[in-house]
Amino acid sequence: MAAPLPKRIIKETERLQSEPVPGISAEPHEENARYFDVKVDGPSGSCYEGGEFQLELFLPDDYPMCPPRIRFLTKIYHPNIDRLGRICLDVLKNNWSPALQIRTILLSIQALLGAPNPEDPLNEAVAKQWKENQPEAIKTAREWTTLYAQKK
Amino acid sequence: MPAAFVGDEAAEPVTKTPPSTRKRKLVDSITTSATSQPPATIELPKRKASKTTTASVHDANADAEQAALPATPQTLSSDKPMDSDDDLNSVASSGMLGEAMDDSSVDFDAADSDDDGLEDFQDDESAFESQPKDLRPAKKAFEVDFNVYSPGDIQHQQDRQVEEVATLLEQPAEQTAILLRFMSWNKERLIEQYMDNQEEVLDKAGLGANMSSNPPRLEAIDGFTCDICCEDEPGLQSFAMNCGHRFCVDCYRQYLGQKIREEGEAARIKCPGDGCNKVMDAKSLDLLVTSDLTDRYHELLMRTYVDDKENLKWCPAPNCVYAVECGVKRRDLTRTVPTVNCDCKHAFCFGCTLADHQPCPCALVRKWLKKCEDDSETANWISANTKECPKCGSTIEKNGGCNHMTCRKCRHEFCWMCMGLWSEHGTSWYNCNRFEEKSGTDARDAQASSRKSLERYLHYYNRYANHEQSAKLDKDIFHKTEKKMQLLQSSSGMSWIEVQFLEAASQALQQCRQTLKWTYAFAYYLARNNQTEIFEDNQKDLEMAVENLSEMFEKNTDQLAGLKVDMMDKTSYCMRRRVILLDDTAQRLKEEGWTFNVDLK
Ligand SMILES: [Zn+2]
Ligand SMILES: [Zn+2]
Ligand SMILES: [Zn+2]
Ligand SMILES: [Zn+2]
Ligand SMILES: [Zn+2]
Ligand SMILES: [Zn+2]
Repeated sequence: MAAPLPKRIIKETERLQSEPVPGISAEPHEENARYFDVKVDGPSGSCYEGGEFQLELFLPDDYPMCPPRIRFLTKIYHPNIDRLGRICLDVLKNNWSPALQIRTILLSIQALLGAPNPEDPLNEAVAKQWKENQPEAIKTAREWTTLYAQKK
Repeated sequence: MPAAFVGDEAAEPVTKTPPSTRKRKLVDSITTSATSQPPATIELPKRKASKTTTASVHDANADAEQAALPATPQTLSSDKPMDSDDDLNSVASSGMLGEAMDDSSVDFDAADSDDDGLEDFQDDESAFESQPKDLRPAKKAFEVDFNVYSPGDIQHQQDRQVEEVATLLEQPAEQTAILLRFMSWNKERLIEQYMDNQEEVLDKAGLGANMSSNPPRLEAIDGFTCDICCEDEPGLQSFAMNCGHRFCVDCYRQYLGQKIREEGEAARIKCPGDGCNKVMDAKSLDLLVTSDLTDRYHELLMRTYVDDKENLKWCPAPNCVYAVECGVKRRDLTRTVPTVNCDCKHAFCFGCTLADHQPCPCALVRKWLKKCEDDSETANWISANTKECPKCGSTIEKNGGCNHMTCRKCRHEFCWMCMGLWSEHGTSWYNCNRFEEKSGTDARDAQASSRKSLERYLHYYNRYANHEQSAKLDKDIFHKTEKKMQLLQSSSGMSWIEVQFLEAASQALQQCRQTLKWTYAFAYYLARNNQTEIFEDNQKDLEMAVENLSEMFEKNTDQLAGLKVDMMDKTSYCMRRRVILLDDTAQRLKEEGWTFNVDLK
């Protein structure tokens, strides 16, 4: 039997449902309230526009002292996201603060889709393409979005 | 030393001396040599009364010197914390493995904090009393000055610097300590910037205005909800620094526990508030850090101090608590190999903290180790049954009669005989008759040249590896011999002092083999000229001296006692050859007189 859910997690979950963030949804699993199914819409104006990206989010035992663990499940062509869907984002690592929340983190991820940063790459190959031939990279990102991130 | 040494049992002579005579002979030889102590054959190094030491050959000699003093048998072969430098290397590198795949925690900010601009500030800044110059013995070219400090010494130095700067800045000690840590213990820079813009420095260090008039305290505030745990019960104790980010005490303590225990942070813990850069000051920490964390916290603060100082390094030996101070700078490492000897007896390079690798400069050591790692598979390869894939270069073993090879790695198909493309072979499956095909000639040329450079590498590598291996065998055989000597001691009443020459010889062997090992890495990168020959002569002389001494350990235990004087002679000769080689190499390195076939930077 798992330990009772901390008040913090209960409150965050409630708020995510009562005041959802536009373009973002996070549903906890019934059997494990620390595990969330996340959907993030590609920001409009970006090469991910029109896509719906699925992620998994897990709150470890020491959350919120440690950041949540998040990974893209949908295949995505992005210099800061690798093949396994892992994300390079400062607030998920060194700049994590226990005062941050699931909602703020998901917003940061959405913002990252709108502003890829090939200077701080996690996916070297994509970053290289992004720097050397940006139009081509953006085209590929669009294609992948159509191919893998269609709303179901 | 022969590849397969003969165990001492196996070498038991055919003509056995009766035990009684054997004992007498042994006692005789002991009394003879006992009259001639301290051993005249061993040069005693000049030792200073002060704590300042000079890296030198003194290990073995010091033991001989020790042997001349009254000592207790218990110290025999004790306090050797490490078995070989390999143990240490593996410890040092093991931290690099681990965490990668588990989450998004790949380390992205591989910030290299080598700030060359800073080092000039610290050049002559030293918190340590320096020794009067005239007390120092004449130094060999391969020796550097260094000091060894205990954790107590380090704490004391920190306190003294804090005190000194606190007076200057007219700030309380706690604040000054934060400021110094914030400035990576660069006093000059702190003072300069502080004088320039006091407010800005205080702000950046997270000290802001009027800390002293408003000491940190816990408060219960009406209507407060903690943003971390979402608790809001009345009377909830909370804390905020003057940035105003307020959290409940429990959350604050958990946060500090996470930072101190899990993340090893101490000197620059920030406010838990999102995006807040305020560094927690010592007073706030005192208020909040629970007693189970204080030891770790202070230990970490001490670590930071040493890590921040370019002239201080922790001894890398496992469980060693000492730090070593040495003035050699990163930019000096092309001209010197700064070996230092910790009080725990571990000799390591101050430049790269690997085990002593004189005479080879750090940059070459790095290259060499990398090469050995990369080539570890190829090193075993040079048998008739392996070749390299002409396309990707990976090693391919021929394990059947068929000449149609398919590279496991790149799927390239080629002919074993001519190394040419298999597709050019038409239908002559088992028989190569296309030896002159263009693709084949090119591939064979490439193979020949790569084989040649590999052969050169293997020449040096085998000798390097051999000394590493032999050092282990030497040590094993010494330990066996030592046990027998101990047995003999108790049955013959022979004094412990009398067997110390063995220990000295063994240590000399270890040290000389360590040196020899690295001479081969050094030689690999040496461009051929006249100087190479001098180096190789020195190398050969040391090698012969070492093998001669090493052979003596293969003698019977009962013969060993009779060989004492001879062994001491050989020991001291080995050490002399080592000094000659190291001194000559270091001198030339200092003068930038060596030509390498790679860049030393
Ligand atoms: Zn709280
Ligand atoms: Zn703050
Ligand atoms: Zn040590
Ligand atoms: Zn080094
Ligand atoms: Zn291949
Ligand atoms: Zn052929």
